Amino acid sequence: MLEIKNLHAGIDGNEILKGINLTVNKGEIHAIMGPNGSGKSTLAKVLSGHPAYQVTKGEVLYEGKNLLELAPDERAREGIFMAFQYPIEVPGVSNAQFLRLAYNEKRKHLGEEELDPLEFKDLLKERAKVVEMDASFMTRSVNEGFSGGEKKRNEILQMAVLEPKLAVLDETDSGLDIDALRIVAGGVNQLHNANNAVILVTHYQRLLDYIVPQFVHVLANGRIAKEGGKELALELEQKGYDWLKAAPENNGAGAGAN
Amino acid sequence: MSTAELLSQQEYKYGFVTDIESDVIPRGLSEDTIRLIVAKKNEPDWMLEFRLKAYRHWLTMTEPKHWPNISYPEINYQDVIYYSAPKRKAALASLDEVDPELLRTFEKLGIPLTEQKQLANVAVDAVFDSVSVATTYKEKLKKHGVIFCSFTEAIRDYPDLIKKYLGSVVPTNDNFFAALNSAVFSDGSFCFIPKGVRCPMELSTYFRINNSESGQFERTLIVAEEGSHVSYLEGCTAPKFDKNQLHAAVVELVALDDAQIKYSTVQNWYAGDEEGVGGIYNFVTKRGKCAGHNSKISWTQVETGSAITWKYPSCILQGDNSIGEFYSVALTNHAQQADTGTKMIHLGKNTRSTIISKGIAAGKSNNSYRGLVKVMPKAEGARNYTQCDSMLIGSNCGANTFPYIEVMNNSSSVEHEASTSKISEEQLFYLQQRGISQEDAVSLIINGFCKDVFLQLPMEFAVEAQRLLGLKLEGSVG
Ligand SMILES: Nc1ncnc2c1ncn2[C@@H]1O[C@H](COP(=O)(O)OP(=O)(O)O)[C@@H](O)[C@H]1O
Ligand SMILES: [Mg+2]
Repeated sequence: MLEIKNLHAGIDGNEILKGINLTVNKGEIHAIMGPNGSGKSTLAKVLSGHPAYQVTKGEVLYEGKNLLELAPDERAREGIFMAFQYPIEVPGVSNAQFLRLAYNEKRKHLGEEELDPLEFKDLLKERAKVVEMDASFMTRSVNEGFSGGEKKRNEILQMAVLEPKLAVLDETDSGLDIDALRIVAGGVNQLHNANNAVILVTHYQRLLDYIVPQFVHVLANGRIAKEGGKELALELEQKGYDWLKAAPENNGAGAGAN
Repeated sequence: MSTAELLSQQEYKYGFVTDIESDVIPRGLSEDTIRLIVAKKNEPDWMLEFRLKAYRHWLTMTEPKHWPNISYPEINYQDVIYYSAPKRKAALASLDEVDPELLRTFEKLGIPLTEQKQLANVAVDAVFDSVSVATTYKEKLKKHGVIFCSFTEAIRDYPDLIKKYLGSVVPTNDNFFAALNSAVFSDGSFCFIPKGVRCPMELSTYFRINNSESGQFERTLIVAEEGSHVSYLEGCTAPKFDKNQLHAAVVELVALDDAQIKYSTVQNWYAGDEEGVGGIYNFVTKRGKCAGHNSKISWTQVETGSAITWKYPSCILQGDNSIGEFYSVALTNHAQQADTGTKMIHLGKNTRSTIISKGIAAGKSNNSYRGLVKVMPKAEGARNYTQCDSMLIGSNCGANTFPYIEVMNNSSSVEHEASTSKISEEQLFYLQQRGISQEDAVSLIINGFCKDVFLQLPMEFAVEAQRLLGLKLEGSVG
């Protein structure tokens, strides 16, 4: 589904990602871990097409096509979803209005009939159950005045509505208390199936107790420094990230094999 | 695609010209011009007096060129045509006799006038250049005692009402443009809602400037008697010309005890091209007087057109407990300039006013809010709340806020909030990441920004206003 080959990317001429290789297949869950500043969010934003980042080398294939030449909204309509580490507020635009527009864009793209506000309301009510979100959030402005945890839940609600093929969740666990974490993780697990894939970007292993990845990749200094199964996350929990940072850079580069 | 390319693809869809034979008087302004207009319109002597008095005042006045935040080349008032009317065969007995070319024009503008196609619950007075060409639902309204007709007919058929109220809110010598209008105004709409009547439908006037050389000087007068209610809508468009046309209107509203007037405008005059060539100079005086106790006047405006907008719809809160409201969205793009806002004059006890202004500037335009809140000594317990928000799109435009507050009664309270924001790249990216195109994302953000104002508009108008803002901003980001 997704093939990242020797990806180099940066911002304003500063290289942040220095040769990432990663393959994600349908039905898989991958975790990307790594210390602050290692480039996790940058990878997520490059995949979703944030205009501030430039790809300087390498390629990204999504369903066999060159992902990098698509505009962000085209990528989204093709099924790529990113849950933001810091969700953005849109004053005056209700959650329901925003979600219906997004949902209908996708329907149009698939050649399906758009839903009117009433039909969409029913769908939204159904999907909101996935993250146990109250109806009152639907009439409120997008993320405005939401607590940190509510914003994160709102991201997963959007995922539930849009049903992406590839979801990149950037630190969706941060700022959640234990109950909210359980709800959000439960939501992601419900949405995950054999036909889609999830990339979990996280700092802590805590989330991985609830959403169990098949693969763990550790990012350090813009490269994948280590890869393994879910047990790698536990190892990191015990040892921290320092030992990775200390490793010479060129060691990391080779680790990112397909 | 570059911004410029996108913008050039965006058409002002009302920019067509109607080819119609018109009765046009020679250019220029003098007492003779005024006599000629009066003769053309068969007006009584008291109207001639009214006009001449205004004209003589006007001669002594100077154009307000310095205090507003706008600039434009000298207007030669002797080069303007002050009367241009489509030729008609005889007096019209019914709508069926309106020139089909005019009916087609208004239909193209989305304002069907013929009996079969009329908008369902909105009565329309259609003004073309200097004259009203048709008014719908007149008879139905008459049954409720509501008078809705062209100003020309009102002078002929209801002289006592006109004598009583014309100039009672905006005196002939009020300001340069109001004086000019009072001297030469050629038509407009008159609405009268008698005591205790809730007007059974929305009333609206649609203004169309067609002649490239003529100005439009129209007059609107709405009188709401004790306990009556009315909602009035105003729409405007003009063809694309590379010359500027002058539009200097006067609107007067009078609300007696317990009466309510809601006045909504969607202004979409031709704005000129990207470089600022052509477009309407929209120099308008709008004022309402809450003459009676517990009366209420509410202005809602969505200003998207015109090369220059200079207007301050205001409320004189004379009756005790009266309420004034001003909800405004002013959008400027390219080289447009807007200096707009309101005046709330608190005279009576416990009078209240609310001002919500949303200014959006894009391109290299300039957008200023100018507002006065004045609390007079007898206005015990008066309250005002003002909120002025500006949004900038791109970095070549300007937004300013000029609030003036004069309080002469210390039992009153005046509150002012202001903010300036930009559409951020992060906001756009967030929406795009959900599959929404950049253009739709801009529209969504802007509509969210303007929500508090759009909520005040009648439903169909709100939809139209949202669509219009989206259209006006197409391609101005990215
Ligand atoms: N917009 C930006 N401008 C400049 N530097 C940036 C920007 N975004 C990220 N960076 C830098 O890129 C590096 C990686 O950041 P990020 O991808 O956010 O890391 P992570 O998500 O792993 O914490 C950091 O050193 C950060 O300072
Ligand atoms: Mg991050």
